[in-house]
Amino acid sequence: MNDVGLIPFLMLSGFLFACGVTCVAVKRNAVAVLMGVELILNSANVNLVAFARFTPAFRLEGQVFTLMVIVLAAAEAAIALAIILNFYNNHATVDVDEAKDLKG
Amino acid sequence: MTHLTLPVVLFAVIATATAISAVAVVAERNVVRMAIWLLFTLIGVSLLYFLLGAEFVGAAQMIVYVGGTLVLVVFGVMLTAQGPLRELRTSRLEWIVGGTLGGALFALLVFVSLQFGSRTSADDVLPGVGPLGLSFLGVSETTPSENLRGVPEHSPMKRAPVAYLLPFEIVSVHLLVVLIGAAYLARAKRRVKP
Repeated sequence: MNDVGLIPFLMLSGFLFACGVTCVAVKRNAVAVLMGVELILNSANVNLVAFARFTPAFRLEGQVFTLMVIVLAAAEAAIALAIILNFYNNHATVDVDEAKDLKG
Repeated sequence: MTHLTLPVVLFAVIATATAISAVAVVAERNVVRMAIWLLFTLIGVSLLYFLLGAEFVGAAQMIVYVGGTLVLVVFGVMLTAQGPLRELRTSRLEWIVGGTLGGALFALLVFVSLQFGSRTSADDVLPGVGPLGLSFLGVSETTPSENLRGVPEHSPMKRAPVAYLLPFEIVSVHLLVVLIGAAYLARAKRRVKP
């Protein structure tokens, strides 16, 4: 693993993060926006595990935080999909541009 | 770095597959196909964890993300993607703005990560399932050999005897509350006849 080093992992993580941010910014389907958020969380997880591997003081902490992020991402997906389904039941659309009922 | 050893080749293959499928998630217009590309991205990230030696995290990623979260997303797609909603088009201007934002972020992150320099680890591996589970249970290991795992012998950094019982409990109760709330939010409502 020493042949690869830390930086390629950080670059891959940054690439995933950029893809996720682009997905959140560009997509109009609410479920697609949720997928972008999953990409962002995954990129953060890659960073955590890579630093856990290459930094001696974070051996345990990186994995522990990654597991917590995975569980919190599952909770976030569940609640977001519940909200999206509720919105779909009320408005018959999942277009985030249509969600402007709270607009002043 | 330039030696073509097995980890380098494996990393190159897995990272390329992951990056390509992540790009496909962004570029794909059909939301059902987006979910399939996201599946490949999540599997690639899980393989990266295995490659890094974090077996339990990789397995958890495979089970929770691929088996749980993605199935949830696919159900959301199936319940909402009807007719024109399956392919919502984005205007060209939004593509330009979003793409510029993503590219700028990627350039910034590459610039920052290049500041780290080449860092190599000691040859010992990540703590396995045993120390991880013990730390979640709040038991700090007492035998000296186990206690120092992950921290080099004469290193100035000594790990404090921390354990993660309280965060673990908070996260699990949080997950329970959130799932109950999600089930309540998404329940089938009886429509009142006008």
